[in-house]
Amino acid sequence: MNLRFHSLLFLALAVSTAQQTQPPPNTPPPQPPAGAANGPKPGPAAKPPGEGARTSEAVHGQQARPAGGMGDFLAIGPPADKEAAARGQKLFVANCAFCHGTNANGGNGGPDLVRSVLVLHDKGTGDEIGPVVHNGRPGKGMPSFPLTDAQIKDLAQFLLQRHQATSNRMEYKIQNIVTGDPKEGEAYFNAHCTSCHSATGDLAHIATKIPEAVDLQGHFLYPRERRRRNEAGPPSDSRSERTVTVKLPSGQTFEGTLDHLDDFSVALTDASGQHRSWLLDEDKGIQVEVHDPLAAHAKLLTQYTNADMHNIVAYLETLK
Amino acid sequence: MRLLLSFLLLCSPAVFCAEDGLNPATIVNPPKGSWLTYNGDYSGRRFSPLDQINASNVKNLTLAWAFRAKVPPGSSPFGMEIKSTPLQTDGVLYFTMPDNAWAVDARTGREIWHYNWKSQGGIHTGNRGVGIYGNWVFFETPDNHLISLEKDTGKFRWAVEIADLAQEYFSTPAPLVVGNHVIVGVGGDSLDVPGFLEARDPEDGKVQWRWNSEPAKGEPGSETWPDIQSMSHGGGMTWIPGTYDPELNLLYWGTGNPNPVHAGQGRKGDNLWTCSIVALNPDTGKLVWWFQASPHDTHDWDNVETPVLFDGVIDGKPRKLLAQAARNGYFFVLDRTNGKQIVTEPYIPVNWAKGIDKLGRPIPDPEKEPKTDGALVIPAAGGGTNWFPPSFSPQTGLFYVSTSPSYSVYYLTDTSPHPEGYGGRDAGVWSEAGLVALDYQTGKIRWSHTYPGSGGGHSGILTTAGHLLFTGDPSGNVIAFDPASGKPLWHAGLTDSVANGPMTYMLDERQYVAVGAGDTLYVFTLPR
Repeated sequence: MNLRFHSLLFLALAVSTAQQTQPPPNTPPPQPPAGAANGPKPGPAAKPPGEGARTSEAVHGQQARPAGGMGDFLAIGPPADKEAAARGQKLFVANCAFCHGTNANGGNGGPDLVRSVLVLHDKGTGDEIGPVVHNGRPGKGMPSFPLTDAQIKDLAQFLLQRHQATSNRMEYKIQNIVTGDPKEGEAYFNAHCTSCHSATGDLAHIATKIPEAVDLQGHFLYPRERRRRNEAGPPSDSRSERTVTVKLPSGQTFEGTLDHLDDFSVALTDASGQHRSWLLDEDKGIQVEVHDPLAAHAKLLTQYTNADMHNIVAYLETLK
Repeated sequence: MRLLLSFLLLCSPAVFCAEDGLNPATIVNPPKGSWLTYNGDYSGRRFSPLDQINASNVKNLTLAWAFRAKVPPGSSPFGMEIKSTPLQTDGVLYFTMPDNAWAVDARTGREIWHYNWKSQGGIHTGNRGVGIYGNWVFFETPDNHLISLEKDTGKFRWAVEIADLAQEYFSTPAPLVVGNHVIVGVGGDSLDVPGFLEARDPEDGKVQWRWNSEPAKGEPGSETWPDIQSMSHGGGMTWIPGTYDPELNLLYWGTGNPNPVHAGQGRKGDNLWTCSIVALNPDTGKLVWWFQASPHDTHDWDNVETPVLFDGVIDGKPRKLLAQAARNGYFFVLDRTNGKQIVTEPYIPVNWAKGIDKLGRPIPDPEKEPKTDGALVIPAAGGGTNWFPPSFSPQTGLFYVSTSPSYSVYYLTDTSPHPEGYGGRDAGVWSEAGLVALDYQTGKIRWSHTYPGSGGGHSGILTTAGHLLFTGDPSGNVIAFDPASGKPLWHAGLTDSVANGPMTYMLDERQYVAVGAGDTLYVFTLPR
């Protein structure tokens, strides 16, 4: 075991007696980070979509990956016909944008059409918007437009596309996040990160390996490779794997990678590949020490300012 | 004779006098051993007076039966989970998953009926359960219908549309029956639609009243929005069942976040009555008071968590209280007669507020609002807690909540003056799961427990007069804790983590504890 990674340990006894008084707010969380393996947490924003799945409601890990992707999760329906929408966009810009805005979300006197109840009920068919386009709204200053049924359908597909782009937050494009000062980021890195990492060693070319800045940001804040056995996704980076030492009352000790830990049991895989598990009963006095290489990442989360975060990203982006 | 007696009891005073079934007057004073609303009773405490299962014998608790709730293939893009809390009356458990409702024999776990609604769509993330009035069961669907079934047969009575699916509303709450009102809430965050709460007639589903989460033009509260456009698209969903004080005749409900969710520049102001607790007259829907937990929220912190009602002592004086562990990470205690704040304390570490204002509300730090290049904030968008029900035990005087200390980076993606949709995103960074016991007088943490396993916590809480607290951990264990100390006293490993609020009931002098985990309802009891 690499002692550099041996950054946090705790005793099973302390866990199972479960008591801990008054951790004051704004202090670091007391336990090693637990959520990385199978929680429902959204991933780095640009990918993978399944990891960002949520409604307003928190969901379980098992719920986090709908088979049909995010469109299914958000129940948005089949996507608009891209070619029809492209034709519709041209028609829209030429005929409608002056009043309704280039993106159809309202403009010079015309209402927002993206959130329009009438347009939402049209669902890309043209059936609802057709009569309005053909007849206009004389009382409200909207003239009639002599468009063909096919053109109306194209307009409807464009509006459907606009509606879906607004609804499907998982596809929102994140803007430039490389706004920090790389020199400041380097100084922070040198002060806090070099006991485990090196810009010329493990992080050499990291910005090439992880080309999206948003992914790089998510990765440095809290690396996400750690996966449960049998879980889908990239293989574990062995450096982030939690290991555990189990000491029996007899004094016999076992070491291995941590397979499972809860208040009542611990399981590991030892160097020979053997799976071993123990029930944690206070009377038996089994001691469990978990060594979590990522504990330092969790601790730093409580310390970063937004500027620190942006500076570090800017610095890591120089490691092409 | 026994039947006749209970018939007479049920039919005694109230406005209601159906042939039989569940008289809403009974819900005001629920018979010991019953569970008649989502929260068991109107208070939201989820504290049961049952004590047959208690701290001294809980180690013997054993499985009575398990019921797997099977749904047609393709029912949900996710695996289905029982997030509903079963109601128990007359020896039958009634519970739901999206589009589906069941009646199951509470003694044996045998299915009595199963009803499946043919859905037209909507987000199928969960359903909180049923409400019962007389001989009728009510539940809501992802495509925003209120369904009424015959309680004894599951036979369809009627369905009414309560919100527009095309505007991307979807509905998850359990209807709450108060008198002859079936109170229904709604959800939906995708397209900046306004939230509302309605009372529906149990006879025919017609609207009795409607309360809107935003004021109308010129009404008090409208000064907290910049314009009509933003106010009429302001959100404030009502997706968790509220609570009710029969003496004060006040209905308490939490409201969701304002919209657009993450982009606040088009809705400058406090955005009333989003992210609030509101007290309404249940007969008229008129607003009596409000307390806003998150003024101008930009973090998706719906303030819908159960407003829990109990009587307590503050500064030596007896008070009628309301407590809420809010998604924004703060614990609030209010005077429920008038909404005046008594306690505001964080129950997890938080970094988004600059302080507490004179009304007891956290003051948002603009630095922690979503930024184009990201803002690192605790808690994450899922919040310090979420929908899973908390509990208050009058035995210990402690308020219990399942927590998720967690970080997100919040990004602003729509920088236009009038953003639409979410207008931003969040990227979850890290989280853990815990259980916290709070002193209601001070808001201080009496004890807390961090689950050493992985994954976030999503289990509700039940406390009982048997000096027990039931909940689940992220590793698939259902656990009985000592509510005074936080020491685990009993556990059982299930096929999934507990996904609902545990409940308890008593039949034939025998107490049962029921939890939902995945698509299976597990029911425990003591050996004979």
